[in-house]
Amino acid sequence: MSEKVKVTIDGITVEVDNGTTILNAARQIGGDIVPPAMCYYSKLQGSGGKCRTCIVKVTKGSEKDPRPMPKLVASCRTTVMDGMEVLNITSPEVLEARAGVVEILLINHPLDCPVCDQAGECDLQNLGYEHGLQKTRYEFERRTFERIDIGDKIQLHMNRCILCYRCVFTADQITNKRVHGILNRGDHSEISTYIQQAVDNDFSGNVIDVCPVGALTDKTFRFKNRVWFTKPVDAHRDCDHEKCSGKVTLWYKGADVLRVTARKDQFGEVEDFICNTCRFDKKATADWVIERPTHIDDTSVIASNHYETLKPLHVIQPNEALQAANEIELHKTVKY
Amino acid sequence: MESLSNKKKVLEQKPLSFMERMYLPAIAKGMGITISHLFKKEATVRYPEVEREFSTNFRGMHSLKRDENGKERCTACGLCALSCPAEAITMIAAERKPEEKHLYREEKYAATYEINMLRCIFCGLCEEACPKEAIYLDGPIVPADYLRKDFIYGKDKLVEAPLEMKK
Repeated sequence: MSEKVKVTIDGITVEVDNGTTILNAARQIGGDIVPPAMCYYSKLQGSGGKCRTCIVKVTKGSEKDPRPMPKLVASCRTTVMDGMEVLNITSPEVLEARAGVVEILLINHPLDCPVCDQAGECDLQNLGYEHGLQKTRYEFERRTFERIDIGDKIQLHMNRCILCYRCVFTADQITNKRVHGILNRGDHSEISTYIQQAVDNDFSGNVIDVCPVGALTDKTFRFKNRVWFTKPVDAHRDCDHEKCSGKVTLWYKGADVLRVTARKDQFGEVEDFICNTCRFDKKATADWVIERPTHIDDTSVIASNHYETLKPLHVIQPNEALQAANEIELHKTVKY
Repeated sequence: MESLSNKKKVLEQKPLSFMERMYLPAIAKGMGITISHLFKKEATVRYPEVEREFSTNFRGMHSLKRDENGKERCTACGLCALSCPAEAITMIAAERKPEEKHLYREEKYAATYEINMLRCIFCGLCEEACPKEAIYLDGPIVPADYLRKDFIYGKDKLVEAPLEMKK
């Protein structure tokens, strides 16, 4: 079953391996026709099928059975068939359904983007910007939870969660022991740690990176700065943890590293998971070998004032003789 | 050179007539105009004691607003600083403590908020960008000063006075 099959997505034909999902086939083509994905994560087994933002219309099932599929299907869970024809952005029906999905996802979302640290790199924000309405039609009380500390480094804002289960899969598959999961069912379900038990293992910090919204955020970066004022730089170090590659993105503000995250690819998924030592404890330039400024997509707000030519960061050494000579002039310009 | 519009008019200077050569009637006429202006309505006002009425869309000094309970509205989201074409706005955010609930509206607030009035071009984009209706350019003309550092306005000058102090 390893022969290639042909699939046409929005009129673009691509040959993929048998057993590939429609979403991954679209990602092989790339560009605008890639359906957005909030819960599917290529590095996590079993993820996907929960958020329904990746729905597409299948107008022709396969070469053998050319009937269309009766309903819109989740492209992350539907595998391709030979001769399948799929419509994504060229079908108004899909776009309308996707706008509906976004509206449902936002029903219980607090819309506190001005406060949220994820704003600027939030998948839900991008999705809402592209497909959502200008204002909410929901007029009832939103579900609210108290915010929870998962350990001393991770902050859980359950209000913002869209229940994509990515963090649960991460904790299951990347870390060796899962101590947080989903409690309750349906509308009442919530991510929680049992009895506030600290998630305490070497890779727990990765739940921050996989979270598509601001539900899991870095507590060491909490309210430090807005993402778009920081300058992302690719860097690496020799991490002594055997599973950690040590390849990260450093987020600079001036000469300080405010935050360390894993590197993300064009679909917003991390390339390599990193360990907690790299993420939380190594926040000095001296710990890292800087490679280059991170590539930021032009459509991202982080791209404002972001230049991708490598210039070493300025380190201004105070020259005391010069400062003494100009003390009066300096005093006129400095407020405090 | 040939004129482009063909509307060139050559001035001719006639010799002065007798009346003109006497000068005195012209001086009397000029003084008449000058003195008549003493009794007309003044065209100027004595700023800064008197101020003219501003147009409704005048953009003056910024003020950071409070909500109906007197809490500061600004959550230091940084959108004003992002939209500012002159990069005049800087801020540092902080987390609200439980005992400060009556001071700030949301869990994050601006611990310092500075606008460099020398950089500001009063375009009003910060006002447009603000999602919390926290900043408005509804103040007076920014006063002149002597030192550059005095043009960096902090929260002490920008935040509205609390409700009870406002009468």
